[in-house]
Amino acid sequence: MPKVTMRVNGREVSGEVEGRTLLVQFLREGLGLTGTHVGCDTSQCGACTVHVNGLQVKSCTTFALDVDGAEVTTIEGMANADGSLSVIQQAFQDHHGLQCGFCTPGMVMAAAALLKENPKPTEAQIRHHLEGNICRCTGYHNIVKAVLAASGQDVSAIAAE
Amino acid sequence: MPKDGIGASIKRREDVRFLTGTGRYTDDINLRGQSYAWFVRSQVAHGKLNKVDTTAAAKMPGVLRIFTAKDFEGVGGLPCGWQIHDRHGKPMLEPKHPVLAEGKVRHVGDPIAVVVAETEAQARDAADAVVIDIDELPAVLDMKAAVAGGPLVHDDIGSNLCYDWGFVEENKAATDAAFAKADHVTTLELVNNRLAPNAMEPRAAIGDYDFATDMHTLYTTSQNPHVIRLLMGAFVLGIPEHKLRVVAPDVGGGFGSKIYHYAEEAFVTFAAKQLRRPVKWTATRSESFITDAQGRDHVTKIELALDKQGHFLALRTETYANMGAYLSTFSTAIPTYLHGTLMAGTYKTPHIYVNVKAVFTNTVPVDAYRGAGRPEATYQIERVIDKAARELGLDPLEIRRRNFIKADEFPYQTPVAVVYDTGDYDATMNKLESLADLAGFEKRRAESAKAGKLRGLGVNTYIEACGIAPSHLVGQLGARAGLYESATVRVNATGGVVVMTGSHSHGQGHETTFPQVIAEMIGIPVESVEIVHGDTANVPMGMGTYGSRSLAVGGSAMVKATNKIIAKAKKIAAHLMEASDADIELKDGKFSVAGTDKSVEWGAVCLAAYVPHNYPLESLEPGLEETAFYDPSNFTYPSGAYACEVEVDPDTGHVKVCAFTAVDDFGNVVNPMIVEGQVHGGIGQGIGQALLEHAVYDGNGQMIAGSFMDYAMPRAGDLPFYKVDHSCATPCTHNPLGVKGCGEAGAIGSPPAVVNAVVDALQRAGKKVSHIDMPLSPYRVWSAIQNA
Amino acid sequence: MYAFDFVKPKTLAEAVKALGAEDAQALGGGQTLIPTLKQRLAQPAVLVSLSGIAELKGVKAAGGSLTIGGGTSHATVAKEAKAYPALAALAANIGDPAVRSLGTIGGSIANNDPSADYPAAVLASGATVVTNTREIAADDFFQGMFTTALEPGEIITAVRFPVPEKANYQKFEQPASRFALVGVFVAKYAAGVRVAVTGASTEGVFRWTEAEKALSANFAASAVAGLAVPGGEMIADIHGSAAYRAHLIKVLTGRAVAAAG
Ligand SMILES: Cc1cc2nc3c(=O)[nH]c(=O)nc-3n(C[C@H](O)[C@H](O)[C@H](O)COP(=O)(O)OP(=O)(O)OC[C@H]3O[C@@H](n4cnc5c(N)ncnc54)[C@H](O)[C@@H]3O)c2cc1C
Ligand code: FES
Ligand code: FES
Repeated sequence: MPKVTMRVNGREVSGEVEGRTLLVQFLREGLGLTGTHVGCDTSQCGACTVHVNGLQVKSCTTFALDVDGAEVTTIEGMANADGSLSVIQQAFQDHHGLQCGFCTPGMVMAAAALLKENPKPTEAQIRHHLEGNICRCTGYHNIVKAVLAASGQDVSAIAAE
Repeated sequence: MPKDGIGASIKRREDVRFLTGTGRYTDDINLRGQSYAWFVRSQVAHGKLNKVDTTAAAKMPGVLRIFTAKDFEGVGGLPCGWQIHDRHGKPMLEPKHPVLAEGKVRHVGDPIAVVVAETEAQARDAADAVVIDIDELPAVLDMKAAVAGGPLVHDDIGSNLCYDWGFVEENKAATDAAFAKADHVTTLELVNNRLAPNAMEPRAAIGDYDFATDMHTLYTTSQNPHVIRLLMGAFVLGIPEHKLRVVAPDVGGGFGSKIYHYAEEAFVTFAAKQLRRPVKWTATRSESFITDAQGRDHVTKIELALDKQGHFLALRTETYANMGAYLSTFSTAIPTYLHGTLMAGTYKTPHIYVNVKAVFTNTVPVDAYRGAGRPEATYQIERVIDKAARELGLDPLEIRRRNFIKADEFPYQTPVAVVYDTGDYDATMNKLESLADLAGFEKRRAESAKAGKLRGLGVNTYIEACGIAPSHLVGQLGARAGLYESATVRVNATGGVVVMTGSHSHGQGHETTFPQVIAEMIGIPVESVEIVHGDTANVPMGMGTYGSRSLAVGGSAMVKATNKIIAKAKKIAAHLMEASDADIELKDGKFSVAGTDKSVEWGAVCLAAYVPHNYPLESLEPGLEETAFYDPSNFTYPSGAYACEVEVDPDTGHVKVCAFTAVDDFGNVVNPMIVEGQVHGGIGQGIGQALLEHAVYDGNGQMIAGSFMDYAMPRAGDLPFYKVDHSCATPCTHNPLGVKGCGEAGAIGSPPAVVNAVVDALQRAGKKVSHIDMPLSPYRVWSAIQNA
Repeated sequence: MYAFDFVKPKTLAEAVKALGAEDAQALGGGQTLIPTLKQRLAQPAVLVSLSGIAELKGVKAAGGSLTIGGGTSHATVAKEAKAYPALAALAANIGDPAVRSLGTIGGSIANNDPSADYPAAVLASGATVVTNTREIAADDFFQGMFTTALEPGEIITAVRFPVPEKANYQKFEQPASRFALVGVFVAKYAAGVRVAVTGASTEGVFRWTEAEKALSANFAASAVAGLAVPGGEMIADIHGSAAYRAHLIKVLTGRAVAAAG
């Protein structure tokens, strides 16, 4: 079986995979990084979102072998070095941007990609950016609010806690 | 009172693991030596199953064994938990629901065989090689056709009509008489669209078997592990409860769909013993669409009789409720006791008669989905009232106010069997009027008009019955289980508290809110309280989480157990301070003797309980642990008033939700942040039902909205920020916390507001559209405009 | 997914060679092909990833035209096709950010999904599809849903767009998939106006010639108002009837003209 090597969350890893092994399978089954989730089989839900060489991608719609040599970041690599929550993660907690937590890793990864490109997005830009991340629990209110807050914008005027 | 007790919006402690990718969902669990199951499912909606040939598949690489119905001879069917009696007292028809299809397949997705292999890819590869010989039969999809003599879904029961239920049957004559005398009758035929629940975590199950101890363990995506243990152990596999452990770890949303006992759970538990290896199954989303019990799917004719002033005189409905191909666990209760009992809404309607025909069709089974029966009731009532208001030229708020049960009329006995304990519907409506700035609507409408958009306003109220449920009552109504909840409160020697609760959290935040209650009662920090749930090995008993029952029922059990703890701790404190029990007060984590300056800390009392050197051993056992079961004496009745503003694009039919306001009465609230989050989520789903979602089948019974490519899930861009309020609280009178439940409200209250708003927008623009069936997709709205 | 071998060449020449193998198939961004493989609707023996080939990537503007490498992602086009704002805007609205990170223009037009966005731009612009062996005019390239002029193993290396004076794309999204239920791309050149429609027809992307004629004479939304809705067989499904789609074509064409200014 072919071998794949990549840096995941700053750590060099490698493993044997099949041609058809998806990045998400390599992460979850090969590396035990189960924070990246699978919520669909048609590439729509975004629960599997990770960063590959800084780009937001769906790890369920990428072959492990196609990212050989790449720099991959998953939700497990998002906290601060001292283990405390990053600004985005903290904003999700502060503003109750998650309930069951299943979509959350993908949401955090998507939000991080957005804020890197656009440090002060508008509400509409946030909603547009989250088009590929489905959440069934929150009705998105607190997710959008958390992303606004994480970008340093004042959210006190947005209705409800 | 601690700053983080009842009423504080403290942050959720469970978030840390979910935000760092360290949650533990069922599919995250891998057991040593595990094998993988892949289900071979029917591709046709209805067919005679002649032969299943597994010879070639069995020889494929990695295959351990292939199971078919033959392997399940002597195994029970998946049980239905609620027996309904029809209008004439006859029990419902109750066909067998086998683990794997026997002789016939009855819906696309019906499992026929299961391949277990070393890897999932191998199992799936081999599944393709299983040869199935089926004679396809005509599929029965339309409910009216199904009861009018269509092909039988279950030949052995002789009919597609599961039951024909009347409620309250004794009301029928009086209701008909009231109609005969009415000044005005408004009639509406409507469809409550079928929905796919789509919790974001697909279902998964892992069976494990320990040969040495004969112990079975099932890890499963369940809202109620004890119920699964009971149903699967007692009715399906015949495993005694002490030899069966069911674990529901982190669960990624449920919304009802993870209440029920499913074939896959029984299969992996059964196969693990046969193979003596763990067996894992995880659904693909495509599988979820054809196996998770779906929601709603009612076809209704509702009639409202009024006098000239718009007072409601009587209400009459006839509903066809789709059961799908088999009876799922709670399916039969949804269109009956969770629907008929709510038909009074928030109004004084003297005569109500509800008829429900539950029908088998060749579709995925239908069961509770967020709201379960109550959204169907609310939608009918609030749509027909809106139509009546238009017909009589009354303001939609005014007609509602004119018929509200007034604040001083509680407790209120409705004509549909239930007694509302508290409520103040005028208060929530008044609050809605100001919060949603209804007075400013005309101005906003003019703005929209400038941009070529038709703006509309929809309002409605809702009521629901939560805190499910009083066992004595539901027992009389056919429930085959009690619906109490249990809690064990264990205080450790150093004063920390562990609560083992039968409630299950799959997004609701119990690990955060339950400690707030204990912290409040004892006066210790929330950090001193830990919540354990979701494992039958750790929790004595539990009926699980659904029907907005966790805090009202599970929380009440916890309060009861904590009261026992406090009573015992007071005795210990009394002993330590050489005072009488009756004089001991507990405040801020300290016991004191009334009228003296003597006190002893909570921690010292706990320590004494476990190191009983100075302890009343002759009258009191050491230790500090109590269990309580709480069975509610009534349902709770959350209610509220909702408003929605939409803009319709008349050229494309596209509907944009511009504003949504929800005013709810949940009684007391433990954590406002979490309660508001529940309402947001419910509204998101309700708007989804109203505008986007539809689990549609074609004429052959194929699910044509079988993926997110065709089943429209609400996304961030489809929804606005919501305004929510819960300040109009009338606490529940019969549970110790005064709470009512908030989990389903948003999904119950929002669809009629959206539809009322769209109809309003079209009517104001002069289009003669009195109703559009959900979902109000651009295409449907455009078509309605064309046909107006 | 069925099993297959995976190769990732570094040059176009290597890729062409690898695609010569029996049942070999190119993999662009995988945003269409991988979901298709998951459903077991395709069974290649070898997948040849084009993602490692630098010469297939990039956006270049020169002499009134814009050339986009066949392996250029939607995100890159959105950011870099400044010379052709309507095209950049179209790319910025394909799928979602993750799809745009990986999905490529070559993959999109090779696939020629009847609801895809790029085919409308390519056809309305009268662009040229450049492959490893030849150049194909847009009018000859699209040959009905999921069908193109490409030979097996042929690789789209670039798409060359003449930059119009004015252009706009209007996409009306299918509520579930967010692909185009109907999309209309209008491009105004000195030589005349071209209008291409995606999402609507059972034949895939097509030009609405009556509208082109009317708009070439008078580039105003009102010029479309008087036209009959386009004929031809329209797609009908749960999201819209044929009549609805035909109606939307007219509405969106008018809006595109108005937005193009
Ligand atoms: C969630 C989601 C939403 C989407 N939404 C939209 C949308 O709104 N609008 C839209 O237009 N599209 C949409 N897409 C499709 C997306 O744009 C794809 O990226 C595109 O259709 C295919 O490009 P690809 O590079 O990913 O090609 P692949 O999926 O890798 O390949 C597609 C086909 O093209 C062939 N191919 C790939 N590259 C080349 C090449 N250079 N030369 C010759 N043949 C090649 C492959 O062999 C294959 O047959 C969506 C996809 C997803 C997953
Ligand atoms: S798992 Fe749904 S998009 Fe990747
Ligand atoms: S928090 Fe449950 S799906 Fe988003």
